Amino acid sequence: MPHDPDAIDRALIRATQAGLPLVAAPYAALGERLGITEREVIARLSAMQAGGVLRRIGAVPNHYALGWRANGMTVWDVDDVAVDALGERVGALPFVSHCYRRPRRLPDWPYNLFAMVHARTREEAAPLVAQIAAALGGACRSHDVLWSTRILKKTGLRLARDG
Amino acid sequence: MTLPLVALDALDCAIVNTLQRGFPLTPRPYADAAVALDIDEATLLARLRSLLDRGVLTRFGPLFQIERAGGRFVLCACHAPADRLEAVIAAINAHDEVAHHYERAHHLNLWFVLAVGRAGDVAAALARIEADADVPVLAFPKEREYHVNLYLPATPHAA
Repeated sequence: MPHDPDAIDRALIRATQAGLPLVAAPYAALGERLGITEREVIARLSAMQAGGVLRRIGAVPNHYALGWRANGMTVWDVDDVAVDALGERVGALPFVSHCYRRPRRLPDWPYNLFAMVHARTREEAAPLVAQIAAALGGACRSHDVLWSTRILKKTGLRLARDG
Repeated sequence: MTLPLVALDALDCAIVNTLQRGFPLTPRPYADAAVALDIDEATLLARLRSLLDRGVLTRFGPLFQIERAGGRFVLCACHAPADRLEAVIAAINAHDEVAHHYERAHHLNLWFVLAVGRAGDVAAALARIEADADVPVLAFPKEREYHVNLYLPATPHAA
């Protein structure tokens, strides 16, 4: 069900993008701020969730604080003919959190398949990377793993007032 | 922002793990979520505040897929030379459109995600960031999404 957010939906996005109020009745508090009822806030968020504009309401952890220290962006140069079928297969591996096809930037960046893996240590991550390599087989020409060394910002979406 | 390990007890972990998956759209959602965790509303609210204060959670609230509403997320990367690294990071982070930003071990050492409310705003945001950071920025817009579902379980540990 597609959902096209109107001005009030966008105001609701802006009012919650930094976080849900930590009060007993957060949707009523938001309604008060936006001049609409609690029922309408809940109805609008529900409609956005049904339409996919709202993925979910939830907790966003700092993965380092939870002990997930080895966060690797694995990148692969995969045959264009095979990349979509193989991307689905890599994305289905239980330990891959995000998997996308992106453009190459030749000559410096030959990789077109990106898959994120998370482990406590790089040693624990190595067999995960090996499983991706095995899934790609001969269709993959080269690959690299870019380990994150610092989280520099993690605010999420911040719509501007006119956004 | 790369935190040392933070001490987490079993209840902290249960909250982080349960609430990574979702949260009710009901008039008293904290009370409802608390029931599932076998605690009361006030305890859940206090624990969430503490998890945010301690940096275990970077945020608690809605996660929007703004592309379903005409916006865009775009992965970008650049090389910041060592002698200007912190200045380039600060210049990039100063932009509200930068939603996430990681340093990575590679010649392209800075990787960030732009999030804009309108697809047409990507080019101008990129140009402003390139000008302020004074480095060329490569954009890697997604051509196909195969899978997105980040769930990182917390397990109890001492600091």
